Amino acid sequence: MVVPIRLKVNGKEYDLKIEARATLLEVLREQVKIKSVHQGCQEGECGVCTVLLNGEPVYSCLTLAVQADGTEVTTVEGLMKDGELHPLMESFVENYAFQCGYCTPGFVMKAYYLLNKSDDLTEEAIRRGLVGNLCRCTGYVNIVKAIKAAAEKKRSGNWW
Amino acid sequence: MKNFVGSRALPDLIYHCPKDVESALAMLKNIKGECKIIAGCTDFIPAIRRGAWSFGDGLDVIDIKCVDSMKGVSKEGNTIRIGAATLLSDVVDSDIIRKYVPILSDAVDEMASLQVRNTGTIGGNLCTASPAADTAPPLLVLDAAVNVKGLDRDEVVSLYDFFKGPGKTVLGEKDMLTEILVPVMKLDERARFIKLGRRVAATLSVISVAVWAKVKDNTFEGIRLALGAAAPTPIRATKAEEYLAGKEASADVIDEGAKIAADEINPISDVRASESYRRDMAHVLTRKAISACVK
Repeated sequence: MVVPIRLKVNGKEYDLKIEARATLLEVLREQVKIKSVHQGCQEGECGVCTVLLNGEPVYSCLTLAVQADGTEVTTVEGLMKDGELHPLMESFVENYAFQCGYCTPGFVMKAYYLLNKSDDLTEEAIRRGLVGNLCRCTGYVNIVKAIKAAAEKKRSGNWW
Repeated sequence: MKNFVGSRALPDLIYHCPKDVESALAMLKNIKGECKIIAGCTDFIPAIRRGAWSFGDGLDVIDIKCVDSMKGVSKEGNTIRIGAATLLSDVVDSDIIRKYVPILSDAVDEMASLQVRNTGTIGGNLCTASPAADTAPPLLVLDAAVNVKGLDRDEVVSLYDFFKGPGKTVLGEKDMLTEILVPVMKLDERARFIKLGRRVAATLSVISVAVWAKVKDNTFEGIRLALGAAAPTPIRATKAEEYLAGKEASADVIDEGAKIAADEINPISDVRASESYRRDMAHVLTRKAISACVK
């Protein structure tokens, strides 16, 4: 069954015709052509497909695109401004917060959500907040460092 | 998009989006053949991907997340009403639940990950009827009930009678669970949920225990115990409850009650734990949870 949906992705409206069985992950990658949203376990364990749906993190692999009709989706591309990396993304670069990089977009979206809720996070709060995102290279130490550094940037006003 | 090896494609779906309970029931009535009620899909999609569930192409799905009246938490008198399609994260964030039945907020807050809680629903957790469903033990000790609606059915079923086996409930093929009814806790009542997983985060329960107790003059005036991942369904430990009721809340009595609970459950050995480990931990966690209600 093909159904029409409207999605706002990173500020831009899309009118799409999708298969009712298509997941949001599939629609974002194949129809909206956003390749930062990765396919991992496909069953809600690993977090590489994390996007923000109306500002809340969800697994796009466990969301039927038809259920996302009328929502606003944010991916890492939506954090960039005039071709510049978001301060949070800069922090990931500066702290070498990736090894293979496959999990990075999911972590960035989760971290963006966490930091927008509070820029005063303890290490434990950051680690708890990251539950649901796996780095299979186990590079968590630098990811936590990057988020701490990004919190510092947000506190000093270097944020959007 | 290609699926990874071992991961199966979803069948072609015919998607229905009812705006109210009546239209959902009408759809259930009119659809011939196989039909599935969906909400969060956090069990539906993985179960198909893994091959645990399989459906033919052209599966009718009724998305109850479209029904606004089935979402949200409200309080009427001494009853809290939780719509079946309420997100798990909205259960955690609900001031009403935090204030009147905090054991439920605590239990749901530990479930899965934020991404799953932002999609999955409380009704779905009950209807999937996993023996390890973490919303079940707290709701069982709170003596919650569920509203079941079907073609010619509109009744309130005690959660105690709801589960029938792994993945099985009293719901018929054309029935749906519309809301969960939870009695408000009184000031002199205490409740506690303790879950043991193989790790702290985002894990299924190896064993979980919920206790509700009313203790007066150091005596159990009322007590309810429920365990998850301890039997084919989430269960109440009624023998232990009978033993404890009316007794003094001493360390020895609590330990004996916990031991009876560990003896009366019927756990299995699986990838997460052995039967004997589950029994041992049921004993320890039940003792801890009861003790926490006595203090």
